[in-house]
Amino acid sequence: MIDFFGDYTLRVVALGSGILGAVAGALGSFAYLRRQSLVGDALSHAALPGIAIAFLLTGGKAPLPIMMGAALAGWVATLAVRLVVRRSRVPYDSALGMSLAVFFGFGLVLLTFIQKRPDAAQAGLDSFLFGQAASLLREDVVAMSILGAACLILLAVLWKEFKLLSFDTEFGESLGRPMRRLDGLFTLLLVVAVVIGLRTVGVVLMSAMVVAPAAAARQLTNRLAPMVVIAAAIGVFSGVSGAILSSIIPHLPTGPTIVLVLSTVVVVSLVFAPRRGLLWRWIRLGRLQPSAALDPVLMHLYALSQQHPDEPDHGHPMAVLRTMSPVGADIERVLVDLQARGLIEAVGEGLWAPTPIGRREAERNIDRADELRS
Amino acid sequence: MSAELEILAIAVVTATAAALPGTYLVLRRTAMVSDAISHAILPGIVLAFFLTHDLNSPLLLIAAAATGVLTVVLIEALIRSRLVPEDASIGIVFPALFSIGVIMISRGASGVHLDTDAVLLGELAFAPFHRLAVGGVDLGPAALWSMGAILVVNAVLILLAWKELKLATVDASLAALLGFQPVVVHYGLMTMVSVTAVGAFDAVGSILVVALMIAPPATAYLLAERLGPMIGLAVAIAAAGATLGWAAALAMDVSIAGSIATASGVVFAVAFLTAPQRGLLAQARRRSGQRLDFAVRMLLVHLLHHEGTPEAAEECRESGLHRHLGWREKWTKRVVSRARQRALVDRSGELVLPTDAGRQVADDAVIGFTC
Repeated sequence: MIDFFGDYTLRVVALGSGILGAVAGALGSFAYLRRQSLVGDALSHAALPGIAIAFLLTGGKAPLPIMMGAALAGWVATLAVRLVVRRSRVPYDSALGMSLAVFFGFGLVLLTFIQKRPDAAQAGLDSFLFGQAASLLREDVVAMSILGAACLILLAVLWKEFKLLSFDTEFGESLGRPMRRLDGLFTLLLVVAVVIGLRTVGVVLMSAMVVAPAAAARQLTNRLAPMVVIAAAIGVFSGVSGAILSSIIPHLPTGPTIVLVLSTVVVVSLVFAPRRGLLWRWIRLGRLQPSAALDPVLMHLYALSQQHPDEPDHGHPMAVLRTMSPVGADIERVLVDLQARGLIEAVGEGLWAPTPIGRREAERNIDRADELRS
Repeated sequence: MSAELEILAIAVVTATAAALPGTYLVLRRTAMVSDAISHAILPGIVLAFFLTHDLNSPLLLIAAAATGVLTVVLIEALIRSRLVPEDASIGIVFPALFSIGVIMISRGASGVHLDTDAVLLGELAFAPFHRLAVGGVDLGPAALWSMGAILVVNAVLILLAWKELKLATVDASLAALLGFQPVVVHYGLMTMVSVTAVGAFDAVGSILVVALMIAPPATAYLLAERLGPMIGLAVAIAAAGATLGWAAALAMDVSIAGSIATASGVVFAVAFLTAPQRGLLAQARRRSGQRLDFAVRMLLVHLLHHEGTPEAAEECRESGLHRHLGWREKWTKRVVSRARQRALVDRSGELVLPTDAGRQVADDAVIGFTC
């Protein structure tokens, strides 16, 4: 058994990942509802030139200037996206993808520029891309918790406004609320969350931290407050358990492990969520499907028997019916149902024919269709 | 051909090959799928690498392209379940696949050379080192041949399926109604995106594929009004951006791929500012023109209203107009001179009087308001 409270590194990493999960989960819920789930992805990529510029200006890797540079670059990128979407016909997703890639490319240019300089320390692009949870220090976690707490407190204070922003921006504008400024503020909070996460899980996986907890929580509730709380809880759970898992099993990087735990939670909630889940839907549809499939099969059997007007007992095998039906239809079950209702009968080894009642039912269907057509 | 020129050729071919499917991505509002695919192909590449232990094996390309299609299938399945919106579906699927790839690398490839950042970032400068040789004859860089083949295939497929792609992009419901199977078109396009992304990943890196796929078509979208010209422009802009980025990278000795992405962004920014119809400058010019136009009409209405009345001497005096209209003096001067330019007003001593044409304009303006 691992000694969770004794292992300093693990404790720091788990704490950091947990804080990240809580902040990203809570803020991600709003982004999810606003159909801005991919903003996290764009922000985290766009942070690269900011990091490089901060490095160039300060000449070191002190966390605070680097974080501020990252936040500033991400912020500028979202402003660019908003400007392009508002003032041209380029759609939102194109603007987002473009700013993501262009900013990242520019960051790459700056990084290669830095690496060329004789005084350059290793710029550590790898840790930026994939995170380096193991290198988290106590100071980092303290900084993360201060920033994260600030985000969450602001979220709580402006709860009503952000709710309005997520569900009905126009209504908010009509009330005279500064919706555009709120939008900017929300993006700023998201920027902070992303910057917190870059050190832990890296660029690519940061987007999962924003999207996945919210997506899982959304399946479990229809109300905002429970959704935000559940998403934050899922974030914490995934962060901490991912950190623990990656410390138990060798060669298991923290960031990707957290994301896989998160993805598992999403899949589980998609399948098992009460009322909404796939399992629930499957059970409900399973009850409905046979009756919907009954009529076509009966009609096919009737049509086949019309080919043999002189022998009412001429049977047809199930295979024929199967070729006439949509792929995957459960013909066997339908036949049993039809037989139970007395509409068809077995007339030999695996051969089926409509009963007189079934024939009448089929003719009635045809009449009904004719009436509808005329 | 020198190495620099070979790099330029690879860059231009890659950029144009990416711009072709990219145009449809931009128009169909599925641009972020290119981002998802370019990340999610990682596990496919790693798996194929574990099987072949050869980074240049064609199996890598096939596996990666298959993973790209799998990504799209998973995203579509999530969207169709109607449990998760489109953007979140993308944001769930590709990090999961990417994580699997990273974990596979760190668990299996220790000691084997497969860098994740090499896969993700690529370095165009190294592309000329992989040569294609047949029977000992050097035929040039392998990337040029593979991207050239992808470019040709993309172009041919788009020409062959021009009508289907266009209809499925502009009106998917109508396409389905006419029996064109927009779903097949969609998956065909996504396969094209996957193959292009995979082909480009070792030349320019996966993240910059996104820049090449989106930026030139988005730029062309600002300039063109029809699909044909838009694709043509996108290809031309892609080539120009690649050349520009390449030249800048050579001059400053920095990452070529990053420089090309930056150049594509700069080209977009220039078009965003200066596009003849849709640019910011054109918008501003149109707006200020409309403002001036409106002001001229208001001036004429004012003049007409007071013409022939006892107050006319005061209300229509040029030096006092700005007070009566509540405008700033400078602006009033501009409006009057504009009206005189268009022969809508005339000066008579101190007074400004509407001409016949001006009267007509004022009448129209007033009737337009009362109607």
